[in-house]
Amino acid sequence: MLRLSGFAASANIEESAPRAALRLVTSPTGPNPNPNHDAYLFRGKTSDPGCQWVVTFEEHQAEAEKLFSDRRLIVLPDYFSYLGEGDVIRFAPDRKAVRVLFRKEANANYFLVTERCNHLCLMCSQPPKDVDDRWLAREIIDVLPLLPASTPFLGITGGEPTLVGEDFFEILSCARDHLPATPIHILSNGRTFKDKAFAQRYQAIGHRRLSLGIPIYSADPEVHDYVVQSKGAFDETIRGIMNLKAVGAEVEIRVVVHKQTYEGLADLSDFIFRNLTFVDHVTFMGLEITGFTRANMDKLWMDPYDYRSELRAAVQYLAAARINVSVYNHQLCLLDGSIHQYAKRSISDWKNEYADECASCSLRNRCGGFFSSSSLARSSHIAAFQ
Amino acid sequence: MTRFAPASDFRRSADDTYQLAYFRFSPLDDERYVLTNQAGEYLVLPRAVLASFVKHELPSNHPAYSRLRSRQFLFDASSNLGRDLLALKVRTKAKRLENFTSLHIMVVSLRCEHSCPYCQVSRQSEDRSAFDMSEETAEKALALIFQSPSLAIKIEFQGGEPLLNFPLIQHVVRRAEEINQVAGRSLQFVITTNLAVITDEILEFCRQHRILISTSLDGPAALHNANRPRPGKNSYELAVAGIHKARKALGHERVSALMTTTKASLSQVRTIIDEYVSLQFPGIFLRPLSPYGFAVKTKFYSAYDVDRWLDFYFEGLNYILELNRIGIPFKEFYAATILTKMLTPFEPGYVDLMSPAGIGISAVVYNYDASVYASDEARMLAEMGDKTFLLGNVHENTYAEIFGADALLDPIEQSFAGSVPMCSECAYEPFCGSDPVFHTATHGDFVGLKTRSGFCNRNMSIFKRLIALMESDVATRELFLSWAN
Repeated sequence: MLRLSGFAASANIEESAPRAALRLVTSPTGPNPNPNHDAYLFRGKTSDPGCQWVVTFEEHQAEAEKLFSDRRLIVLPDYFSYLGEGDVIRFAPDRKAVRVLFRKEANANYFLVTERCNHLCLMCSQPPKDVDDRWLAREIIDVLPLLPASTPFLGITGGEPTLVGEDFFEILSCARDHLPATPIHILSNGRTFKDKAFAQRYQAIGHRRLSLGIPIYSADPEVHDYVVQSKGAFDETIRGIMNLKAVGAEVEIRVVVHKQTYEGLADLSDFIFRNLTFVDHVTFMGLEITGFTRANMDKLWMDPYDYRSELRAAVQYLAAARINVSVYNHQLCLLDGSIHQYAKRSISDWKNEYADECASCSLRNRCGGFFSSSSLARSSHIAAFQ
Repeated sequence: MTRFAPASDFRRSADDTYQLAYFRFSPLDDERYVLTNQAGEYLVLPRAVLASFVKHELPSNHPAYSRLRSRQFLFDASSNLGRDLLALKVRTKAKRLENFTSLHIMVVSLRCEHSCPYCQVSRQSEDRSAFDMSEETAEKALALIFQSPSLAIKIEFQGGEPLLNFPLIQHVVRRAEEINQVAGRSLQFVITTNLAVITDEILEFCRQHRILISTSLDGPAALHNANRPRPGKNSYELAVAGIHKARKALGHERVSALMTTTKASLSQVRTIIDEYVSLQFPGIFLRPLSPYGFAVKTKFYSAYDVDRWLDFYFEGLNYILELNRIGIPFKEFYAATILTKMLTPFEPGYVDLMSPAGIGISAVVYNYDASVYASDEARMLAEMGDKTFLLGNVHENTYAEIFGADALLDPIEQSFAGSVPMCSECAYEPFCGSDPVFHTATHGDFVGLKTRSGFCNRNMSIFKRLIALMESDVATRELFLSWAN
């Protein structure tokens, strides 16, 4: 697992200075230099582009301090040594905290827009906080112009990203202007779109590769509301999806499969096909053992092997109905062979791992593997294909 | 530590009573009932569960409760979406109506070199002037066709044997393409032919204009040739050779075949299906014999009743299911049409299974003699001397006069299944349709008496069988879903 956050070993920046988003550059002539955000990534060879920020690692600290005594210098511990040209980090001088915001080489980069949410999902991997974090959205608006136009994918997540209101639209406008060819996928609970005007405004942004991933956990409103811990959520989410499709937005429905949802998968598939047949994609996701899931293991965890027939039936039903369907976060050895073709390698590279059993597996290259957190609860049916 | 609320906190209050939505129910067998909602979604429930449901006594924790709610058979305080979702689905099912007529059948010649006893309309004649459509008539028909609001227009050339008047087909195709340069519709042509007189030149023309071929194939050689006599007694050999030739010229999937069931067919449904399988067709439409034209005159229709046909049909359906189980993908197209109505949000638009009736709305016939009929069956009825469904004449009437004719609107209005006795309360009505032409032929009015209607008996039996099959076996349900989509 890659560490995406940590602390600088040292930095010569005063603690009261504002936090900064820094794009790492290694050569003097980048494509669109930005003096406020560019930081020279120093690895011992100098081709100093003259940035006011310099980022280096402990092994080059002495040399860097000599060469760049007049600059703002951040020394990172070695576990950040994977960073390279084009990556973006955030540096908070008060605690010398470092967070990686963007990795050029990553299969997927996600930006967290806010930690606030109007759901409290039993299995939330990013437990919400009721704090004023409007600075996060402003930071994204600063960072998007720093990203390469060739960025293959960008995720927008939260909390509930639509809760930031105006800033939500500003982020999307910024993405439209700076990353017009990049598919942007937004994870939202969809409830804000129950307001038709909000859905219309969203679609009017005009980014061509914009899509939303919206969860529905059951065709039974009481079960869905329980899983997301919010009464009335089901109705608002469904209305949101209807409004989004009415304006022509792209919508994916996301279903996390666990103890509270697996029995209802067949009815949910039927509900989606009959009522929301116009959605663009339906994905069934495995549980990530992190965040609230750890606190609710007793209510959520079951061996995925034990819901394989329910999952197979739901996936095949939607596939037969010619709905674009995928299975995320599941190991192939836990899925019925007939739905292997729908399984995607969906886990972000930085937290994607394989088990010892996988070493000899003939399907390893096609398998999505595990979340790093899976070590906390693993199926007892993991077995290599020969 | 965040506190999570228990599931019970998200249930509606205990004193909330549910409200029954509009739905219909009919028996499936001795123990079970089929319930359908307004959008044609069905549930099968034991009689006792249905009884407690309609008496407002079904407890929320009964397994059927949640399914009744998510399919909008009931409304309660947990959600206020039900009516809007139903409305959306009813609109989707009815959407086809706004497009109006998409299938335009042109009878370019009534002449045929076959003399099939079951044929409704054909003539053995050399007299072109009496039985071929003229260019003037075709021009007028084309002008009417392009007044249809439908974005998709399919022109189907029928006969007789339409290839006996191939020059007119060429003329119509070229003119239609010309008109369409401005009209901009999605335009498609089909020639319904026995393939006996097909030539390379004809196929080359079909290839250039992307014309589909629909032919007749009744089964293996002996059956086919007995059903479809022609000079040389080689109808089967010509049809099969023609199928191969046409596939080679046009592409495998651009050639389809239709069978007609006769008394001789009844005992050999498997060999008929085998014939279609070996010729690599994706499926078969096991058709009932129609009650029109020569079929009645030659007593073929009374030769077997609906029940005997149903035995034939179900034996065929079972055989097709067996084929699928051993890995040969093959469909029965009539079942597939009904399954689309049962299992999807969409309406397949099959003329005989639509309500309002599909006559005129979905398909219309421009006959060789310039008369316009409400459907293919309507012109066959006319050949029997009953011109009830004659809508007008392409030389004498305008589009508004033809499609606003009482001869069209009266039967559509009177036969609307939503208000017809016995249909209006039938749970199977969403899967069914109204066929005023059939009932005029058999009962003498647009509606007919459903207890004695061959149409009702046949379709009800099929609906029940399809549902029973899906209820008893998940694999069949999944197979049927793939047929439906």
